[in-house]
Amino acid sequence: MAENVYDAIVVGSGISGGWAAKELTEKGLKVILLERGENIEHVKGYKNANKDPWEFPHRGGRTVQMIEDYPVLKRDYPLNETNLEYWTNEKDCPYEEIKRFDWYRGYHVGGRSLMWGRQSYRFGPQDFEANAKEGIGVDWPIRYNEIAPWYDYAERFAGISGSKDNIPHLPDGQFQKPMDLNCVEKDVQARIKKQFGDTRHLTIGRVANITEPLPGRTNCQYRNKCWLGCPFGGYFSTQSSTLPAAMKTGNLTLRPYSIVTRVLYDKDKKRATGVEIVDAETHQTIEYKAKIVFLCASAFNSTWVLMNSATDIWPEGLGSSSGELGHNVMDHHFRVGASAEVEGFDDKYYFGRRPTGFYVPRFRNLGNEKRDYLRGFGYQGAASREGWGRNVAELGIGVQLKAALVEPGKWSIGMTAFGEMLPYHDNKISLSKTLKDKWGLPTLAMDVEIKENEKKMRIDMKNDGMEIFEKIGLKNVNGWDSDYAVGMGIHEMGTARMGRDPKTSVLNGNNQVWDAPNVFVTDGACMTSASCVNPSLTYMALTARAVDFAVSELKKQNL
Amino acid sequence: MNRRQAVSRVALLLGGTILGAEFFLSGCKAPNNDKNFADNFTEKDIAFLNEVAETIIPTTPDSGGGKAAKVGEFMKIMVADCYFENDQKVFYAGIEKLNQASKDQFSKGFMNLSADDRTALLTKLNDEVKEYKKNKKKEDPTHYFDMMKQLTLTGYFTSEVGCTQALRYEAVPGRYDGAMDYKKGDKAWAT
Repeated sequence: MAENVYDAIVVGSGISGGWAAKELTEKGLKVILLERGENIEHVKGYKNANKDPWEFPHRGGRTVQMIEDYPVLKRDYPLNETNLEYWTNEKDCPYEEIKRFDWYRGYHVGGRSLMWGRQSYRFGPQDFEANAKEGIGVDWPIRYNEIAPWYDYAERFAGISGSKDNIPHLPDGQFQKPMDLNCVEKDVQARIKKQFGDTRHLTIGRVANITEPLPGRTNCQYRNKCWLGCPFGGYFSTQSSTLPAAMKTGNLTLRPYSIVTRVLYDKDKKRATGVEIVDAETHQTIEYKAKIVFLCASAFNSTWVLMNSATDIWPEGLGSSSGELGHNVMDHHFRVGASAEVEGFDDKYYFGRRPTGFYVPRFRNLGNEKRDYLRGFGYQGAASREGWGRNVAELGIGVQLKAALVEPGKWSIGMTAFGEMLPYHDNKISLSKTLKDKWGLPTLAMDVEIKENEKKMRIDMKNDGMEIFEKIGLKNVNGWDSDYAVGMGIHEMGTARMGRDPKTSVLNGNNQVWDAPNVFVTDGACMTSASCVNPSLTYMALTARAVDFAVSELKKQNL
Repeated sequence: MNRRQAVSRVALLLGGTILGAEFFLSGCKAPNNDKNFADNFTEKDIAFLNEVAETIIPTTPDSGGGKAAKVGEFMKIMVADCYFENDQKVFYAGIEKLNQASKDQFSKGFMNLSADDRTALLTKLNDEVKEYKKNKKKEDPTHYFDMMKQLTLTGYFTSEVGCTQALRYEAVPGRYDGAMDYKKGDKAWAT
């Protein structure tokens, strides 16, 4: 094989890129996996994973220096001492906010698969049909039954624990045995069933933490330190799962510090010929050639690569002929919900730190119901006993205060709604006219906001949560809305959407760029709508499906 | 559940934790970096703060207190690294203010008080904080003793002494039981 020539190039090593690398190499292709950041090796690279709380000088908090260094990350919980090095250096990699946009990134091998929330739900049949039925955006080019076998495939390999609940709009999958609800959550589950029958449900969070061992991985040890990296391989990440599988084939070359700047495009053949990179350390420019390219650099960065590609033919970049490249940004809006006190259960507690909570699947706008907004939301929450951080101002100081705080407090329950955001053409990202990054490369400018549909939904997101808790008889019910800025959901989607028509979409139903059929985009950029469930499992399924298609087309010499 | 608890709970669900969030969420001007604020703290200051912490969370038969948990040293690190400039000044001036309060009430410095007198003094300061908070405007500084108490609770209950003696701690639980029996007096989990 000639130097720098491979069968396939995968750009990005997060959830989608890891899957693309695994699937392509297992089908016998020689693959180079290009990652812009450093390598973090499984186990060895998780420097803080086995530390006890007191080993962190600020006990996990944030310093003034960190706040200065991370003007975006500081806006929410991710800025913290324990896994700071997993978050992107904002001084080296800035972006422009035409409107506030919270972009929480991980530039290293594994990407955000190391820090992700691991909640794993299938989109339901209604999610693939809603755009067409309601005349929103464009129609998904696929339906649930086309992706269902790929969900099966992704779940079996990734290891998703969960309970089969027979809820039509939240399809069951190939689950490992579920984690347990605690005694209060079970009681609340029963009360919801009694109060709401089959219209509202509470189930254990379906999560990519394994309860039964998989090859090379030990089942979850209930430490709940997932986002430090798991030495047991207890949750799905590139490092624990897809990368070892790809390496095992002998077909993978992993190249960290490789910032892909553009796809190389042959306008006569209407095909990509490879990619150009800048070495992040040496600043050297290098070309890699291949028959197919998978862009899995995260929604916005895959879009950014396209925007910088084939600009001699399309000034706005490869895939821009539709006028949709960079548009239709979506996230999940959240940080609104309800909480309550739970009486009784003073003789019960729990053992272990479960890395998931409960889930209340969507119940709005299903069947014939029509609210004054479209789509819906689900809740994620947990019940627990209060710890030493609870307010006991009345106890003053001394022996009494200590005696009170060393015992657990009352049970309480809380849940946060995650709502679907519609695709709006004018919610867009583009290349900044002025701002460059550390390597002199153009950066992104964000121009995104939530609109009336989301704002109306948020009223239900708060009130419905309170209503559930009130109707089942919980006390001191409290609703809250802590404000949300787009991006905080860390579920960026939609900027190179799939569709049925090259005039209105960037990708076809097999994730091929309409204008370059050997370029596939299978991360969040491809999403035609957002659903209200966490999206990563869908990226896994779509990636595996697209690779299967790509390799069969390659064999037919169609690419 | 107040907003801070709600935010913490969300963070917990998403895999993180926020400790002492009320301080991290507050903020004003960043300190000038000419000099490390930690250098202001003398050995005597640390010893003083250890005794303050010991009075807030005393040693009891089954577990060490604020002094064993080295909360004085923890306060220095947190104030130097995590506090904004105005709060740093309020905190540091608080050491002398607390000592002066001791002299006013007992005609001797805090370090020379008996344990009972220390408790009496800090109980009074704790009441003063409650009064202060009732009328506190948003732009008013946090009361120095409020800072000392919050830092003591955070520092103590996240220390090895606090986690393993006062509370219960399992580094690797290995399993989950959502209905473990509990009887009054059993300890809470550290995390």
